[in-house]
Amino acid sequence: MIDYTFTTGEDLLTICRVEQIPISEAAIYAELDREEMDRQGIMDEMRKNLQVMRESIREGLEEQQMSITGLMGEDADKLMAFSETAIMGPELSRIVAASMAVTEVNASMGLIVAAPTAGASGILPGVLIEYGDTHDLSEKQLIRGLCNAGAIGLIIAHNASIAGASGGCQAETGTAAAMAASALTELRGGTPEMCLHAAAIALKNVMGLVCDPVAGLVECPCIKRNAIGAANAVLCSDMAMAGIESVIPFDEVVTAMRNVGRMMNPDLRETARGGLAATPTALKIAEKIKNLE
Amino acid sequence: MSISLFDIIGPRMIGPSSSHTAGAVRIGQVGNRLVNGKVKEAKVTLYGSFAETGRGHGTDTAIVAGILGVNPDQGTVRYAKLLAKEADLNIPVLFSNEEPEHPNTAKVYVKGENGKEYTYVGTSIGGGRIRVTSINGMEVSFSGEYPTLIAFHQDAPGIISKVTSILALEKINVAFMKVFRSERRQGACMVIETDTPVDEATRLRIVNNVDGITEACTL
Repeated sequence: MIDYTFTTGEDLLTICRVEQIPISEAAIYAELDREEMDRQGIMDEMRKNLQVMRESIREGLEEQQMSITGLMGEDADKLMAFSETAIMGPELSRIVAASMAVTEVNASMGLIVAAPTAGASGILPGVLIEYGDTHDLSEKQLIRGLCNAGAIGLIIAHNASIAGASGGCQAETGTAAAMAASALTELRGGTPEMCLHAAAIALKNVMGLVCDPVAGLVECPCIKRNAIGAANAVLCSDMAMAGIESVIPFDEVVTAMRNVGRMMNPDLRETARGGLAATPTALKIAEKIKNLE
Repeated sequence: MSISLFDIIGPRMIGPSSSHTAGAVRIGQVGNRLVNGKVKEAKVTLYGSFAETGRGHGTDTAIVAGILGVNPDQGTVRYAKLLAKEADLNIPVLFSNEEPEHPNTAKVYVKGENGKEYTYVGTSIGGGRIRVTSINGMEVSFSGEYPTLIAFHQDAPGIISKVTSILALEKINVAFMKVFRSERRQGACMVIETDTPVDEATRLRIVNNVDGITEACTL
């Protein structure tokens, strides 16, 4: 029996080449190999995730959001209202606004799907669902997209990290952007190789990005970092579809990202002691929140 | 590779933080299950990062939700304080300056309608997963991810095998088992994580038929 587990991008491409399958199918094979769920179970579970993602976008855009601290809540609506005027165009504006909407719901104690974390939960649903709705993709295709994204996340989690506390924001919104870039590329008919180029470029674009949450909360700058993460994913998918390749192969980029995370001062890894969290304004906000109630 | 696709795409959870919100709900749920869902009184103390950033992460609300038996993916998490009020429960949440061993730590006191009281310490270790590190003064270690039997007993030979043979008779398979004790021949505690839940009849048989067992509860 062939072993479908993969821990590197190179392994994943080999499976795709030998079996003549897309990355999403290789991800399903690997999950089947764990012998916990059958194919129907995997599809049903992913469908539930997709439904919660869709609902979180709707909630973020249609209902009044106010984060626990009252710092954030309505920025996604503002961008959505501006989408026809935006230089980035209506489609990307909607994708970015949807990503922010989910993160606003997260900051307001709403229901989201961690992808790969709660702090970076906006990027994947924003990119996939808004793209899917604009281009009439079926639910099945979107589930495929989630499986493809999961494969990329698995490789990064295995070889580097997806936690801000160990790798900084590059590990959270960087990973989410790489996952979304790869998924989008498959949905647009790109090859597995093109998917990995898109993912590699997305990670490269934010290498070294620190995790510096104001007052230690998943609000500022996380919501806007989900916005740039979604735009990063779309840009990298566009580049890959245009035939642009990553000079540094995906696996080497992941290793570099892990090493950069290790070099990062702990003050810049979710402890809220450095970066934006250490600015005078952030410290004032932190003091105010401490005195809440 | 040991991790699943659903560790990457998932879990479905109430935000904003898997450790400070979803994990806090799970810590609260331990208390709910210790008293079979019938909470009469409860009190929470938050330590470390839970105390520092808990208000902004809704940690206080989340842990109350758990004590009331709400799951981490239920929309009612954010209304937990209202739910407590409706249930006529006042659950105070204190924020402590004391430095804990683990940054995300909570101490919970629960009293059940049957009068039984538990004080336990739970830590949130990332991704919404937790570990209970002490219960009624006894150092323990379990995740709450499996059905769990906690039996307090005298530290004497033979007690453990009597408990496990009752489980064997009921065809309950043990996944993990650990025994903790305060001092030699003093109080001890066995924590048995099982594949299938230990039902009430089996729990009573353990309490009533095994000499040296002072108390047993199931999660």
